[in-house]
Amino acid sequence: MFAINEIQPGRVKQLVNSAINSKLMHRLTYPHGPSRFVELFDRTAVIDETIGTISAIEHPTERSVRVSVRPNNRWNGFLAGQYVEFAMEIDGRRQRRMFSPAQSQHADGALEFTMAVNPDGVLTRHIKSSARVGDHVILGNVGGDFHLPETRPEHVVLISAGSGITPVLSMLRTLIDERYQGTVDFIHYCRSADDALYASELEACEHTLPGLRMHCIHTRAGGARFSAEQLEQMVPNYREAHTFVCGPSALLDATRTLFDEQGIGERLHQEAFGLATHATGEGESGGEIHFKRSDRTTDNNGETLLEQAEHAGLSPQHGCRMGVCFACSCTKTAGRVRDLRTGEVSGDGEEDIQICVSAPMGSVSLDI
Amino acid sequence: MSALDNHINSFTQEQFDQIGADFDAIRRRVINDLGERDANYIRTVVKRQRQFEVGGRAMMMLPPTWPLGVASLSLSKILDNMEIGHNVMHGQYDWMGDPALHSKNFDWDTADTAENWKATHNFEHHTYTNVIDRDHDIGYGLLRMGDDQPWEPRFLLNLPLTVLLHVFFQHFVAVQNLKLEDYLVYKTKSREQLAEEFKPVWAKMRKQLAKDYVYFPLLAGPFAPLVFVGNVAANLTRNLWACSVIFNGHFPEEVEQFDESVLEHESRGQWYVRQLLGSANFEGGKLMHLMSGNLSYQIEHHLFPDIPACRYAEIAPAVRAICEKNGLPYHSGPFWKQALSTWKRIARLSLPDRLSPFKKSKAQSVDKPYTTSTDAESLPLAA
Repeated sequence: MFAINEIQPGRVKQLVNSAINSKLMHRLTYPHGPSRFVELFDRTAVIDETIGTISAIEHPTERSVRVSVRPNNRWNGFLAGQYVEFAMEIDGRRQRRMFSPAQSQHADGALEFTMAVNPDGVLTRHIKSSARVGDHVILGNVGGDFHLPETRPEHVVLISAGSGITPVLSMLRTLIDERYQGTVDFIHYCRSADDALYASELEACEHTLPGLRMHCIHTRAGGARFSAEQLEQMVPNYREAHTFVCGPSALLDATRTLFDEQGIGERLHQEAFGLATHATGEGESGGEIHFKRSDRTTDNNGETLLEQAEHAGLSPQHGCRMGVCFACSCTKTAGRVRDLRTGEVSGDGEEDIQICVSAPMGSVSLDI
Repeated sequence: MSALDNHINSFTQEQFDQIGADFDAIRRRVINDLGERDANYIRTVVKRQRQFEVGGRAMMMLPPTWPLGVASLSLSKILDNMEIGHNVMHGQYDWMGDPALHSKNFDWDTADTAENWKATHNFEHHTYTNVIDRDHDIGYGLLRMGDDQPWEPRFLLNLPLTVLLHVFFQHFVAVQNLKLEDYLVYKTKSREQLAEEFKPVWAKMRKQLAKDYVYFPLLAGPFAPLVFVGNVAANLTRNLWACSVIFNGHFPEEVEQFDESVLEHESRGQWYVRQLLGSANFEGGKLMHLMSGNLSYQIEHHLFPDIPACRYAEIAPAVRAICEKNGLPYHSGPFWKQALSTWKRIARLSLPDRLSPFKKSKAQSVDKPYTTSTDAESLPLAA
């Protein structure tokens, strides 16, 4: 028997959760499911989605915004460096992007997202200008193999540019929490001191982590962009380290070329901001795209099948638009498609494909 | 051949294309305008439905509040099926990207599975609207609803069977995809095939029956019979209402049915015109539109099945204007009038044509509207 004072608050939450998720509740609320009723009282009490509540919004620089998001019970944590699907509803539509939390993977409480505001981006502009404390965020899949190896290497080099700092900062904070004994070289590129994210915190980190060496480069204040010589000069022994890079494609390409030339490609770990930088090849226009279930046909312009479906007036289910979440997968019944991430071309038989990263090679039929 | 047929047969391909372009323009206007207003609307309806459901099921468990409970659960089931389920499963709110309101995921509080519904309704009925032998909604395989359907002795029971269909509507709809008549009457379907197709239907039906007639009554303890009867009443109310709304949409006497040949090389404009001629609206206040899931705007719904139904009232004047411009009929009338006309048709068709005491209205013939009039005259039923 439990004494009342032995029951932890976490235990109560767990009990409530398992009551909501019980067989009986599912039977009584069929076919909608318990979540659709629980949300009448509390949107964050649902058991089928990870809902976060914005607990703070800051504006570290003019071109960035930082939101703290308190997740509901379904949050299962992440590994430093991984990204999280982050969605908010704007003008009735769920807008989704991937962001890497910046806090330590060992930290409890709110998740910290620092994002560069994309002048053309619906989501980041909304967060910068209109989001309020208390707004809800739908947190989706956690993913990506951009994270520290389980056995921490003795020497870690972290390289980031702009808002690409968040996953590598998460790694740094995680290492600090683990009282890491090795060496960390942190190279961060930004335009100027005004544009620098986390500048004062990084300075303070040098005191908490003895093995940390900070290299902050202001590219519009005399600092040079990444080069082999620059890296050699700052971290002469980088070849023995594990290097983690997050930033725009130019930085990713430059580091990839260098590490491959040196024959140490497997010691380089990269994270891109989005799919565009990784796309290889494209589809082939010509022929027709046939959407069988909707009975619509459109001329194939070579764009991704998701884009072409949307132009044809359809609203297929989708999520990340970068091949991560599988929300858009559907059956291709005929035709060949190219996977834009790998450049690989499929066979022309029936198979499930992710339409956000598949571009048709001529005529294609889809079961949507 | 009626004057109406002649009018339509006189349309040129260019005129059909123009009609198609005019309707497409309405559609584009709405699609470009979709946003927060529509999202808030459907969320509010869903919220009310869930409140009515929770409240109704709770109130039903005590004798003093039992009548209110029945009314509340009936409302919940009607909202769930009509304004929410039917419309969400059409993909009207897919653009929101909310998995709970996406046609791929949504399931409704009725015996029919979402998958079967999307096949018989969204695909068969909406693509082949009122085309005999293709649109199974014409009589559900049970009734004779068109002059082109040859009379069989079983159709003497047209009227009592229609009553039966209304009373057990949710279960008839649930087995619609099985095409029971192929097994029972025409013997073109084997027992094994039927049993196989019934499996997923039974899986859903069973859970619905268990919820309404086992779990909730048991929860009420000594008042179990009250809850049992209350749930029968709520399901019955929904059945009668849903069936009447649907019959009003396609079976009043002036609504037309079509021969399969119209489907050949049918252009977008011709498709629009067929939807228009094959549907009828009924009039009423805001509550009537809400409770019918805006199927009171059946014409607008058939022209634009994937536009949020809350927009139909707004676009109805523009649709009417296109009809007037082209001399096309826009069938509409009060609820009772459309219902009366529907029951008259059902009674008339229960007898072989030569014995029927009812006069066949002129628009009742099967149209083959997109061909030249000489072609149409060679059709046995258009003459």
